[in-house]
Amino acid sequence: MNNIIVFPMVIPVLTGIFLLFLRRHIILQRWVIILSLLATMIISFIILGQIQTEGILRLDFGDWKPPFGILFVADSFSMLLVLTASFVATACLIYAFFSIGEAYEKMFFYPFVSLLIGGVNGSFLTGDLFNLFVCFEVMLLASYALIALGGKKLQLRESIKYMAINVVSSWIFLVAIAYLYGTLGTLNMAHLSVRIAEVGQTPILTVISILFLIVFSLKAGLLLYQWLPGSYSAPPPAVAAIFGALLTKVGIYALFRIFTLMFYHEPSITHTMIGIMAAITIIGGSIGAIAYNDIRQIISYNVVIAVGFILIGLAVGTNIAFEGSIYYLIHDMVVKALLFLLAGTMIILTGTEQINRVSGLIRNYPVLGWLFFVVMLSLAGIPPLSGFLGKVLVGQGAIESGSYVLLALGFLSTLFVLYSLLRVFLNSFWGETMIMVDDEKPLRKGLVIPCLILTLATVGLGVGAEGISVYVIDAAKTLSNPEIYINAVLNN
Amino acid sequence: MKINDVILQTITRVVVFIILTLAIYLFFSGHYDPGGGFIGGLVLASAIVLLFLAFDIETVRIGIPINFRVVAAIGAFIVVATGIGATVFGTPFLNQAFKTFNIPFFGEVELSTVTLFEAGVALAVVGVVVTIILSISKDG
Repeated sequence: MNNIIVFPMVIPVLTGIFLLFLRRHIILQRWVIILSLLATMIISFIILGQIQTEGILRLDFGDWKPPFGILFVADSFSMLLVLTASFVATACLIYAFFSIGEAYEKMFFYPFVSLLIGGVNGSFLTGDLFNLFVCFEVMLLASYALIALGGKKLQLRESIKYMAINVVSSWIFLVAIAYLYGTLGTLNMAHLSVRIAEVGQTPILTVISILFLIVFSLKAGLLLYQWLPGSYSAPPPAVAAIFGALLTKVGIYALFRIFTLMFYHEPSITHTMIGIMAAITIIGGSIGAIAYNDIRQIISYNVVIAVGFILIGLAVGTNIAFEGSIYYLIHDMVVKALLFLLAGTMIILTGTEQINRVSGLIRNYPVLGWLFFVVMLSLAGIPPLSGFLGKVLVGQGAIESGSYVLLALGFLSTLFVLYSLLRVFLNSFWGETMIMVDDEKPLRKGLVIPCLILTLATVGLGVGAEGISVYVIDAAKTLSNPEIYINAVLNN
Repeated sequence: MKINDVILQTITRVVVFIILTLAIYLFFSGHYDPGGGFIGGLVLASAIVLLFLAFDIETVRIGIPINFRVVAAIGAFIVVATGIGATVFGTPFLNQAFKTFNIPFFGEVELSTVTLFEAGVALAVVGVVVTIILSISKDG
């Protein structure tokens, strides 16, 4: 029994409910939510340490033993993501304090963010497929509210699309769960894995696994990413940053969990499909990233490219590729949040999202320019920044297994990422300055500090990769040896 | 034209109490029989919605001066808090305790902490349902 592992979900949920009572007290709301997130971070860190000494932790809710009850399972993979998610959310919230405006804060903005984080952390931690669905829904309901909050025409249009696509995919999710339960009679992930191994992955199970693949592809933006750029460019920057950093990653996490723990017997079908989907995602994302002049579209397509790249690791399926994917996943959460915040700051300062209407920003706002430069290098995978190690390891995995096409596409995508952001940099930051010193809007410290924190994190993750390597290696080991997870869950 | 709703109002006055009794019955029977917080809460909410239909929103507001958003929040808070409460006693999250007491007149009664949890669920359901109905009715 390890009650501690439920807290990364319960603290944000409880905070979200508690904040409903404090609707008018904005300052108090800010303090409560930031303290709760810090507490979540500290607890996640403690759990991560505990896993290294005691192995995978699990908690049976209400003392119902698996496979009968629902449970939370904390392994290094899920805890690394929980920790990163809480950290990124904290930075985005600090940005929100200074940019979101009172109207939002009075319309339950913080409760929704808090519930969203609770849902995200719950999805990472749960060891039960139906519970995963529930946590997904908590997260999605909060995100529906956040995307529509503000009520601008663009937001309403995009939120209808976003909701429609997610309701449909949740429905498919539910159907897939029902099929799986009908076939195997259990929903505990470890127990499912055992049963699938016993009966062998029959064609019907492979079909069900493809249904899951479709669901999580919709959520993660793998191949079925067409809804993503529009939806992620509608809400205000702080919300877009939380979305871009966290929501697709939950889908990616679910894909990794399901296809390493449960449906790993037919890689020639499922993993090949994932590989093809990842390849097309990368190509589509790359074309999108260089096709637009709207900075929000550019960075949204960058999210898509990263999804494809991370899933190369899953398609390749070697231990080293898993390590690479995990590094890259953590890196991408931090850097995408940073990218969205920087782009949001640019839009706030210049009042336009068209990159060709702005130039010479680096003269007016040198800090912003240099931060953008760093994030560009980090995304391109220049050492010693955090993107480097992930790219190298995924590449190494791809070479080991002879997936040269994926390897080539993965590294070509890096060039497209670099080119798309360089275009922003050359257009908007270099050249003659268009903003007179008198018209210059002051760059508020509150907007820079979260960006600085995240930049430090990307540098720190790159330079101090040694520090997290213990956890990443352990996480990759669990992913490539499902029996570790199964033993931890089913052996009392 | 003024609608004559004397019959509806008269019946509602009686029926509301029957519905409320049923709600309480369902709520308490939920432990071993069909029922429980969710269903009890829905039935309770239906009583309030019936009042809204028979009388108008303003009249009912004066009679029941409750902010239903707060009710929903309190309910949800109780639900999570009872879950965490178990961890304080060193048992797994969401664990429930129960004990049989001998209460005069009622005889053997089993009291359990799950009732608190269910009460939270009921409050959350009532709050959410009534809030939704009120929000929709505003647009009409």
